[in-house]
Amino acid sequence: MSPVIKRKGEEFTVSGKYLLLFLTILCISLMMLTFSTDVLNRPLSAVVGYLIVPFQEGIGKAGGFLANRSEELVQIRTLLEENQKLKEENAALIEKNNLLQQGQYELNSLRELLALSEQYEEYNKVGARIIGRDSGNWYTKFIIDKGIDDGLEVDMNVIAGGGLVGRITSVGPNWARVTSVICDNMNVSAKTLSTEDNLIVSGDLKLMADNCISFSRLVDSNQKVAEGDKVVTSNISDKYLPNILIGYISSIEKDNNNLTKSGKITPAVDFEHLKEVLVITDMKQVVEVE
Amino acid sequence: MLKKILAFLGISLCFVLQSTVFHKISFAGIVPNLMIVLTAVFGFMKGERAGILSGFFCGFLIDLFFGEFLGFYALMYMYIGFLNGKFARAYYPEDVKLPVALILTSDLSYGILCYILLFMLRGKFEFVYYLGHIILPEAIYTFLAAVVLYPVILVIDLKLDPERRRSKRRVVR
Repeated sequence: MSPVIKRKGEEFTVSGKYLLLFLTILCISLMMLTFSTDVLNRPLSAVVGYLIVPFQEGIGKAGGFLANRSEELVQIRTLLEENQKLKEENAALIEKNNLLQQGQYELNSLRELLALSEQYEEYNKVGARIIGRDSGNWYTKFIIDKGIDDGLEVDMNVIAGGGLVGRITSVGPNWARVTSVICDNMNVSAKTLSTEDNLIVSGDLKLMADNCISFSRLVDSNQKVAEGDKVVTSNISDKYLPNILIGYISSIEKDNNNLTKSGKITPAVDFEHLKEVLVITDMKQVVEVE
Repeated sequence: MLKKILAFLGISLCFVLQSTVFHKISFAGIVPNLMIVLTAVFGFMKGERAGILSGFFCGFLIDLFFGEFLGFYALMYMYIGFLNGKFARAYYPEDVKLPVALILTSDLSYGILCYILLFMLRGKFEFVYYLGHIILPEAIYTFLAAVVLYPVILVIDLKLDPERRRSKRRVVR
């Protein structure tokens, strides 16, 4: 039997089974190719970027507009209450800020005395809008409307509202894919801000319904880490810049081995209602291993 | 040719819709899977070849935007389209039971495959949880979306190709 079936009026058609075989081999070789290198990603993501992304942008805007109008009507009452609360909080914060500023002046003058450079410089950021979300239900990934043309690269950190959103895992000329920290296959090396104990933060699909992420391998030998402690990215992570807020510990338990602890973290970012994000264009310094 | 271009545009449109506005109408964070509906429908309406090609294209789009590496989803969708194409001979437009059964089975098997390949292999064994919270809700929501989408495709197909449809009906009777 020949794989090519000749029919009247058509030049030739390949029968289904051979087509399937051919495409299966193509898929498997593509998988192996993209697993080891990223030669193909650039041109393909460029083509798709110009075909699909403009539509995503447009529809995203229109859909967002309609959703916003309906949400606004519901929210007015709660906003009034919230406004009152925020005013009170603002007053308290201004007072606190004054105190902190006094501390800062003192710190600066002391630093000058010691000739120390500033430890925490501010990172360079680029704002981007989310134009698409994962089409499936297993992972939480976003498409943003900036790409190589705006200076973005794979592994740049993404933040929103002061908290860590994730990092860029794929980039095209005018779009980039952000894999969030709540994504089930993501792990972030982190530390508690107060005690500087290292821990591993991992996304979990099961906890996503309660808006939580899990953490594990917290050593905490002094038994000082408590609920409500801030968790930030650690200095030893090779993908994430240090001291970006991830969230707050919401529950903590001792592991069976009695050495480490694990539990849940409430993220600082509201992933459900994310619209704009900031991409940090500074990259973590990586030491090349030969 | 016109039909192929229309199918190509339809799949792209559905992909764009699914990755943008569908998240605004999601129930409990679950989005219906239009790509599976399209792959299955093209499969059992037009045969194996159409199923393979549309499945490959659907999967490839997902791969490019959301896949860890290229070809993974394309492979999965392609086989779903191919298996649906096996039922093309038993399909005729007046019958609703076969399309409904095929779309539901396709989405369920897609969900279970996803669980096995993406979660079970990473040591997440709570199958019942994922079945109840992701796979089944997605299948039901996908079915609801198919109820809207399938008649649209049917009408477009009849408009484009009235003669073949009529002759096919005669054969069935």
